[in-house]
Amino acid sequence: MLRRALCLLLAFAAPAAAQQAPARVVSMNLCTDQMAMLLAAPGQLISVSSLARDRQSSAMADEAMRYPVNHGLAEEIWLLKPDLVIAGTFTARASVEMLKRLGVPVLTVPPAYGLADIAERLRLVGDAIGQRDTTDAVITDFKTRLAALRARTGRRPSAALYYANGYTTGNQTLAGEILLTAGFANIAGDGGGGRMSLEALAMASPEALITGQPYPGASRSEEILDHPVVRRIRAARASRSVTDSDWLCGTPYVLRAISDLSALRQEIE
Amino acid sequence: MTRPIFLLLMLVALLAIGSLSIGPANLPFADGLRALVAGGDGPLVLVMREIRLPRMVLAVMIGGTLGLAGAAMQGYLRNPLAEPGLLGVSGCAALGAVLAIQTGMSAAFALALPLSALAGAVLAVVILVVLTGPRGETLTLILGGIAISAIAGALTSLVLNLSPNPFAANEIIFWMMGSLADRSMLHVWLALPFMIVGLALLAGVGRGLDALTLGEDAAAAMGFDLGMLRLRIVLGTACVVGAGTAVAGSIGFVGLVVPHLLRGTVGGRPGPLLWVSALGGAAMLLGADIAVRLIAPDRDLKLGVLTALVGAPFFLHLVWRSRRQRA
Amino acid sequence: MTLLTLTQMSVNLRGRSVLTDVNLTVSAGEVVGLIGRNGVGKTTLMRAALGLIPASGHSSLADMSANARARAAAWMPQTREIAWPVSVADLVALGRLPHDDNAQAPVEAALAHMALGPLRNRRATNLSGGEQARALIARALAQETPLLMADEPISGLDPAHQIATMEVFAGIAAAGRGVMLTLHDIGLAARHCTRLVILSDGGVLADGPPGEVLTPANLAQAFGISAFHADSPDGPVFQPLRRVT
Repeated sequence: MLRRALCLLLAFAAPAAAQQAPARVVSMNLCTDQMAMLLAAPGQLISVSSLARDRQSSAMADEAMRYPVNHGLAEEIWLLKPDLVIAGTFTARASVEMLKRLGVPVLTVPPAYGLADIAERLRLVGDAIGQRDTTDAVITDFKTRLAALRARTGRRPSAALYYANGYTTGNQTLAGEILLTAGFANIAGDGGGGRMSLEALAMASPEALITGQPYPGASRSEEILDHPVVRRIRAARASRSVTDSDWLCGTPYVLRAISDLSALRQEIE
Repeated sequence: MTRPIFLLLMLVALLAIGSLSIGPANLPFADGLRALVAGGDGPLVLVMREIRLPRMVLAVMIGGTLGLAGAAMQGYLRNPLAEPGLLGVSGCAALGAVLAIQTGMSAAFALALPLSALAGAVLAVVILVVLTGPRGETLTLILGGIAISAIAGALTSLVLNLSPNPFAANEIIFWMMGSLADRSMLHVWLALPFMIVGLALLAGVGRGLDALTLGEDAAAAMGFDLGMLRLRIVLGTACVVGAGTAVAGSIGFVGLVVPHLLRGTVGGRPGPLLWVSALGGAAMLLGADIAVRLIAPDRDLKLGVLTALVGAPFFLHLVWRSRRQRA
Repeated sequence: MTLLTLTQMSVNLRGRSVLTDVNLTVSAGEVVGLIGRNGVGKTTLMRAALGLIPASGHSSLADMSANARARAAAWMPQTREIAWPVSVADLVALGRLPHDDNAQAPVEAALAHMALGPLRNRRATNLSGGEQARALIARALAQETPLLMADEPISGLDPAHQIATMEVFAGIAAAGRGVMLTLHDIGLAARHCTRLVILSDGGVLADGPPGEVLTPANLAQAFGISAFHADSPDGPVFQPLRRVT
């Protein structure tokens, strides 16, 4: 009974979504911004979040200059009269709830926790904005290039991802999979990662060290990337300081991060 | 050498060795010590010399000077509630340090960090001393301290929130609670000159503080220059608290608990209390820093959390007692 | 030998003239009692003489260096301040600070002088008011200065200790030192001081042996009282009787 009702509902819902693609789409999350910019038809996307223009975090900062920005506030987004709002699962929860109460359709997209999630998330956004063909093309291209990049290597040099406050990420994360795909063995091992003490880093003494690039302004949290221990490893081993833009979001731009790291691995061999 | 000093020296030495032998990388104790002394290449030497040694040295330096500064402020204000952390001196030093970091001054000129923290600390001590007068009346002292702490904390938050750096805003907890994690010998060298100047200034105040036991008039008539004494206390305290806070954030309660616990061992005399408090402070901070690593090895548990958990009940006890004495 | 000389000393406090043109000397062997109404400037005179507050004119003590002065005169302020719970022996030993030695003999002598032997290990902050006063006098004695200046040292003591303390002062004066003190008990002042100085209206009203200065006229002008006076075999007896206007 329940299943039949569900089937009926889907049968009605699917063609309806395909017929009327939303004309005014607003994105309010760094990652959905980039997906929407990749997939939307000209004129369809009317605003992206302000972070999309930040060179350090966004892989499409130049692209984002062509769109008006929002700051994730319910009021400004409501005034844009959107047909669809795309948000991340964890962004501006209060604003998203309010928009829903006001009757604005909101699509919440969970972050990509691995490379496999990327196609799925692109599909989710693509369907919602009614750009199935563009989405198919983008996903096919991504999968082909990813397959070509997959490292066919026997030996995996050890590597560590090290960020501000001594944070690292393990294999079960997007960054971890990027590292793995590029042919490294992550010393943080399986799991999500967390704080790795300088001592653990020093004792593991990885063959490659990948650190985050400092953000503008100063912080004590990033000082650790200048600690004599880190500097020593950086001087003695292969190292890269990478900007977050290619790593933060599950978009095809992660391919750039993978090829960057593949080059680093080839330096070691 | 008197007995308490000898016992405290032993305690500090033991805790220092303990501090060197504790860390997430479970090193065999003997190997670690050999690497520390002999040096050479390899990760073991790196861990001992660049991570554990500066951590231990900073704990001794900062704990020692906090104990000393607490004893000096209490002796001068003749109030057992005086303490650099509680009265906002550390808070103002942290504000100075944050300003130096966020304006980029410290990146351009390394000494700008401790100097700016020192300036903040001087400001706070001067306000306190002027506000309460030489006889530190409890109510004025505490209320003044609350006001100074609040302003310093608010301005520190403001500066950090306005920073373009996404990490800066979360660092308020470090500046308010303090931590010795991930420090290096660089920080030791940065703080050391100011600590030495501060120690030199505070080294000469013991007899003056003893004389102040009898009140200002009696002390002045015994030939002590109270203006000079005040200058030494203000600058000396600011030097050591400023330098310590600049590299490790503000760590409260050490300067309160330690003199309170050790006052009995020196027969209550404020002069001799200075040096046992310095040793006691070093021991307390070494112990606290060992404890944060044992309690939460994978997280950077802040030192101030521990010192406050130990110190706040003491503080309440002292407030209770001073209330009873006035009644 | 003169231990203190004040010449033409005047003091202004907060724009108000407190003392004007005071001339005074204290010599070895004397116990000089400074008497007068509340607020007449007794404490001010002693503090100015010690150089603790600015004054015009000359004070032989104020002209000295701080350290020399600390060896020339000991000062016991009226407020009996003991900030920390030190032992009585340690409190008395504070008197040795200007000498920068840890000499035990003067401390022991002072303790014995004030009969503080049984209390020597007690915390000074736990003593009764009278015991604290004796401990602070002992502290001043341990400073071993030619001149001892004390502001109301016997107020708050019981009669036996008041007499005993005055006898201590007489004893050290007899031993060649000098004492200057303020007190309000005219009877004790008359019996135990070798000389009395009456302050009135910002200046010295009378200065001389007790019998000469405690005239009915002086008592009326300085204190507004009349007193009974008799010379007994035990010495002079003064007892204030009533207020006069």
